[in-house]
Amino acid sequence: MSLVQLKDLTKTFGGLVAVNDVSFNVEQGSIVGLIGPNGAGKTTVFNLITGNYIPDTGQVLFDGKDLVGMRTNRIVQHGIARTFQTIRLFQNMSALENVLSGCHCRMQSGVFSAMFRTPAQKREERLAVDRAMGELQFVGLLDQWNNAAKNLSYGKQRLLEIARALATQPRFIILDEPAGGMNDQETQELIELIKAIRDRGITVLLIEHDMSLVMKVCEHLVVLEYGAVIAQGGPSEIKNNPRVIEAYLGVDDDLL
Amino acid sequence: MMDKRTLALFAGCILFGILPMFINPYWTDVLNNVGLYTILALSLNIILGHAGLFHMGHAAFYAVGAYTTAILNTQYGVPVMYTMPLAGLLAGIFALIVARPIIHLRGDYLLIVTIGIVEIVRIALVNDIFGLTGGANGIFGIARPSMFGFKIKKPEHFFYLIWGFCLLTIFFMHRLENSRFGRALNYIKEDDVAAEGSGIDTAYYKLIAFVLGAFWAGMTGTIFAAKMTIISPESFSFWESVVLFTIVILGGMGSIRGVLVGAFLIIGLPELFRELAMWRMLVFGLAMILMMIFRTQGLIPPPPRKYDVLAYLKDAIKPSAASAEGGAR
Amino acid sequence: MEEFFQQLTNGLAVGGIYALIALGYTMVYGVLKLINFAHGDLFTIGAFLGLTLLTSLGLTDHLGAFAGVVVLAAMVIVLVGLIGFLLERTAYRPLRNSPRLSAVVSALGASIFFQNAVMLIWGARPLVYPHNILPKTIVSIFGMDVPLVRIIMLGTSLVLMYALYYLTHKTKIGAAIRAAAIDQGAAKLMGIDVNRVIALVFCIGPALGGAAGVMVGLYYGQISFTMGWLYGLKAFTAAILGGIGNIPGAMVGGLLLGVIESLGAAYISIAWKDAISFLVLILILIIRPTGLLGERVADKV
Repeated sequence: MSLVQLKDLTKTFGGLVAVNDVSFNVEQGSIVGLIGPNGAGKTTVFNLITGNYIPDTGQVLFDGKDLVGMRTNRIVQHGIARTFQTIRLFQNMSALENVLSGCHCRMQSGVFSAMFRTPAQKREERLAVDRAMGELQFVGLLDQWNNAAKNLSYGKQRLLEIARALATQPRFIILDEPAGGMNDQETQELIELIKAIRDRGITVLLIEHDMSLVMKVCEHLVVLEYGAVIAQGGPSEIKNNPRVIEAYLGVDDDLL
Repeated sequence: MMDKRTLALFAGCILFGILPMFINPYWTDVLNNVGLYTILALSLNIILGHAGLFHMGHAAFYAVGAYTTAILNTQYGVPVMYTMPLAGLLAGIFALIVARPIIHLRGDYLLIVTIGIVEIVRIALVNDIFGLTGGANGIFGIARPSMFGFKIKKPEHFFYLIWGFCLLTIFFMHRLENSRFGRALNYIKEDDVAAEGSGIDTAYYKLIAFVLGAFWAGMTGTIFAAKMTIISPESFSFWESVVLFTIVILGGMGSIRGVLVGAFLIIGLPELFRELAMWRMLVFGLAMILMMIFRTQGLIPPPPRKYDVLAYLKDAIKPSAASAEGGAR
Repeated sequence: MEEFFQQLTNGLAVGGIYALIALGYTMVYGVLKLINFAHGDLFTIGAFLGLTLLTSLGLTDHLGAFAGVVVLAAMVIVLVGLIGFLLERTAYRPLRNSPRLSAVVSALGASIFFQNAVMLIWGARPLVYPHNILPKTIVSIFGMDVPLVRIIMLGTSLVLMYALYYLTHKTKIGAAIRAAAIDQGAAKLMGIDVNRVIALVFCIGPALGGAAGVMVGLYYGQISFTMGWLYGLKAFTAAILGGIGNIPGAMVGGLLLGVIESLGAAYISIAWKDAISFLVLILILIIRPTGLLGERVADKV
């Protein structure tokens, strides 16, 4: 059974059909890319998975369990983490504290343990900081731990969002345009990072416009156009698929 | 061995603590008021300063606590100090009931609704709801508190009760701020969609913030009722909420020191200029506008939390998967 | 039935006033997405300024009741409009790009400032408008007696509301206001000077509030420096009821709230009259935040 199964997802906003009967699976331990021209509904699909939007019809099955209708924070606790297309970090807080927010859902202490600083609470804090620093090191931001998020460069902010998502100990991570605003070198490092994430046993689904990154890192691609899936397959198939080329570049009038 | 700062703080507290022996009871009473407002503002600080919820109805929670004590004491003879936990509990339950349906409202709307709530509470008190509240005249004849057999009735006695409680409040608030709970509230304040997306149950934490703040305000209501021995709806008007709101915002949202300074300035300072008392609110209004334009974080913004991470930085010898930076600090 | 009709007409008269004040809230909210907490105090300033002008210039003595009141209203409208303009310039414009809380706090500060300024200038005790200006005649409608003043109040409100409607829907500047309310960015790209539109809105809204202040002074006779707070909150309820940002909504909301409040006071309890308005407000925000005609106020999941 696939780790993630999207079945017949549909979402309309007013009169506009943003996601149209979308179905695809993501196998455990794979890196899948969701691509398509602008406005194809890719981020909407992400929002449907994370519970930010409720689909009109369809199911989001994670390990066989339907997540539709669940609140976002519960979905995260189930093991699905995300990054945002427009970066949504806690700008005025340090990089460490940003990552600690990801640790939150794997911790227990509440008001009482905080007020009385029980040994369990202190231990838990220690472990959380451990993990957070570990994730910062993993994405290469260890030396920025005390810097406010807003002071980081765009590319580093994207890495920080990934660190935060990783801190939730997900089994499945969805990255929304993680290479946005990155230069060539940063993009190369991102490719390595994504592979390293997969090597940790985390399944990856990403939206990306940078085709070189997509071709180098994704094992499987799903192509959306106008909210519907028009093709699925490995990178080389998709690269040569005429329907996909047409979606991106438009139809050449001479060929009609 | 304590470092210099802690030593100075300690000395300052001792000096402050012996003040009542040297000053006029009138000024001791002023300090008592500053203390009460400080505790109330600290309880509001959880909701407004940390969680960023626009709450202008805090006087309602204070009122529930004070009236609980007043009724239990005058009608049922319960000693004042014993009513304190119950006052806090009832205020907390009230907050739970009232906040639940409104927690998801956006900023300025939440503000308006909390104003509506505090007004409804005040009107209910004036209209002698359930026949218990004594109407516009309120309830009188509340007993003085006694602790361990010692009856507290003079300003100097109340000074130690109030500031002792205040110290306790500061102690607990400080611990709350530097914990998972405190961080969660801050994440919610900064960006609650991102907080939710990181796995934090934002609705739950907003509610807890309200309940905790109300609980603390309720207990403070007990002390207030016992100190004044008479309480009436006047003391719990919307304007009290405005004063508390102002202390938190001007002092520094989310900052214990800021709230302390704010309380001294807003409650204590006008006492030094009694002739100009009429101008107090006018100046506050102006101060709020100017503060927002020139210094949004308030007078004393909160200090950043400290984390002991030296160990990690020293051990970071292995290059990470995607690192291009040159070594650790 | 007689009683009901009395309460109904009273409710409409008061409702018209709520509507005028509500329009100020709704217009400002429409273009700035800000609740102008100081609006109720501008209404108060209108009432007090009106009284001062009326008595010191002896307008009704020289010009007769009708002309005197019209001139008075015109003067108050201009003056309060000017104060509104200055308010926007000093307390809100610098915060245009700041986080939301800053503007809210500044608005609160402005409200506190104005209210206390009124108290310091005119005193803490309530003042009284001259009683002899409005006619005391009773007219007969559908066989029931109605004080003429109520009809005058409602009529004046309707006239002013129509004037606003005409401005916003039938003139170019009105279209600019509506455009800026829908999408400021797009409006700027279309060549609309959004700053001017906002300044204009801050003249018109407060001006209407000021007029309402004079009307309250004449109708109820007594004015106090704290009245802006209660009227403001109720007018805000009216604006929300009709859908904040929605101009016809504010008009409908105001009239509706006036009637609900009057009937509530008569048939439920006078002591709880104000609580009823607040309850309406809270219930709407919880149950139907869009109001009868308007916009979302709660966060999406």
